[in-house]
Amino acid sequence: MDKTENNKAWWLVLPVFLVVAFSAILPLMTVVNYSMQDTFGNNQFFWNGVGWFIELLDPSTDLGGRFFDALWRNLMFSGIILAIEVPLGIAVALAMPRQGWTVAACLIVMALPLLVPWNVVGTIWQVFARSDIGLFGAVVNGLGIPFNYSQNALSAWVTIVLMDVWHWTSLVALLSYAGLKSIPDAYYQAARIDGASGWAVFRKIQLPKMRRVLLIAVLLRFMDSFMIYTEPFVVTGGGPGNSTTFLSIDLVKLALGQFDLGKAAAVSIVYNLIILAVCWVFYTVITQMDAKGRRS
Amino acid sequence: MLTRRFVMGFYLVFLMLPIYWLINMSLKTNAEIISGYTLWPHTLTFANYIKIFTDSSWYSGYLNSLQYVAINTVLSISLALPAAYAFSRYRFLGDKHLFFWLLSNRMAPPAVFALPFFNLYSAIGLFDTPLAVALAHCLFNIPLAVWILEGFMSGVPKEIDETAYIDGYSFPRFFTKIFMPMIASGIGVSAFFCFMFSWVELLLARTLTSVDTKPIAATMTRTISAAGMDWGLLAAAGVLTMVPGAIVIWFVRNYIAKGFALGRV
Repeated sequence: MDKTENNKAWWLVLPVFLVVAFSAILPLMTVVNYSMQDTFGNNQFFWNGVGWFIELLDPSTDLGGRFFDALWRNLMFSGIILAIEVPLGIAVALAMPRQGWTVAACLIVMALPLLVPWNVVGTIWQVFARSDIGLFGAVVNGLGIPFNYSQNALSAWVTIVLMDVWHWTSLVALLSYAGLKSIPDAYYQAARIDGASGWAVFRKIQLPKMRRVLLIAVLLRFMDSFMIYTEPFVVTGGGPGNSTTFLSIDLVKLALGQFDLGKAAAVSIVYNLIILAVCWVFYTVITQMDAKGRRS
Repeated sequence: MLTRRFVMGFYLVFLMLPIYWLINMSLKTNAEIISGYTLWPHTLTFANYIKIFTDSSWYSGYLNSLQYVAINTVLSISLALPAAYAFSRYRFLGDKHLFFWLLSNRMAPPAVFALPFFNLYSAIGLFDTPLAVALAHCLFNIPLAVWILEGFMSGVPKEIDETAYIDGYSFPRFFTKIFMPMIASGIGVSAFFCFMFSWVELLLARTLTSVDTKPIAATMTRTISAAGMDWGLLAAAGVLTMVPGAIVIWFVRNYIAKGFALGRV
């Protein structure tokens, strides 16, 4: 759609700008302020310049070491869940019934995990995966595979990945389903006349139509898994050891647990910059796809 | 056809099993829970639910949560509506940068904001009020609402606006009488998403409250006591947190998919 040039539109945006700026810019300035200082308690602060940042970006120091550990752990987690959730979500969307009351029923059941408070998601899996009172843990142990998420790092990872798949695959599925629904019947009819195979229909018709929403799905899933906190915190508390300590968990430990405000603030800023960079790449790709879609 | 049914059936069972397990546990006595796992409650009890509905320290948690969620939803939608209209209809100085900045706030990790928010809201005397949590949740809900509404609004042809102005409608009257009814489903969907993300968030809600407006999610940590874990009560509280979500899903079931695609399909 052609938009008119009108700078008075700022008045319509102003309330949003003010409220979000109040919640975003003011706290961020506090963070920048803290990141340049050191504290020994008692509200006494000392100027530290960029000292924390130098320490943070050097993996051989204490602070840098734990930051990079948490960062790799988090990237690995995001990679694993994307590799599972995206194909599974597409498969579920393709398996949706075409019409009738079952469509609504499937949609409602699929949306349910998304509306469960995140700490309750943690609670559900904490219980479900326990080897003494949980169905999943008990069954796996019954099969002769030792499974205990509070002592074994691999079990903890399996539990947390499964929990995330349970929690968020529906988001990918619902997005893909919305993309599939926008394909006109005529496309399928044409494919049938040409005698296209099921795989060809998927590759040439369904996948291109889903590309845009899939990009949004990957963006949302990557961002949300990159800042995951509540669910793994409830299940494992970051343990056993540090094996499931992701970036946000580590940050909260630093800030609210040890009250190392300077270090925590420096971590916050680097963390935020990474997110900003990734966000920018996705945003550029999505807007370019929009522009292309409009021209064609 | 058969494989499709199989995939769907398998997935739905996978989604329902953990939820069934929680419901199952909430209807058991603690003695039964600890004595090992049983597939259904052998001694059926509603004591856990009765405790939550009769103890004010429990049910007030739900009321507190609903309160800030409601304030946040109303605030987010009413501010996002005009902004989304501006983004969908006009080009203005810095519009693309502003949109990206808004979007980036949706993606910012709450853990970064927890401590500064605590300082900020304590300083202006809003700490431990529903308004503080509602405002804090605006950080990610307003950008999301603007994003979704802009998608829906771009689907309405611009000629509608122009015709209305020629017919002598003023902007506020056009917006409320003609435009808003046309994107009613979009408003419903974005309200659903604001509700959802405010309802499920815990970190900020817990950091910004202490006694008076403690959210239910924070109340649930009370089930760990010196006497051990009260599993039945925890499960019952968990089951009840799913009820508002289930009710809201029922109302927007036909729009969920479109809403997740941010109105852009």
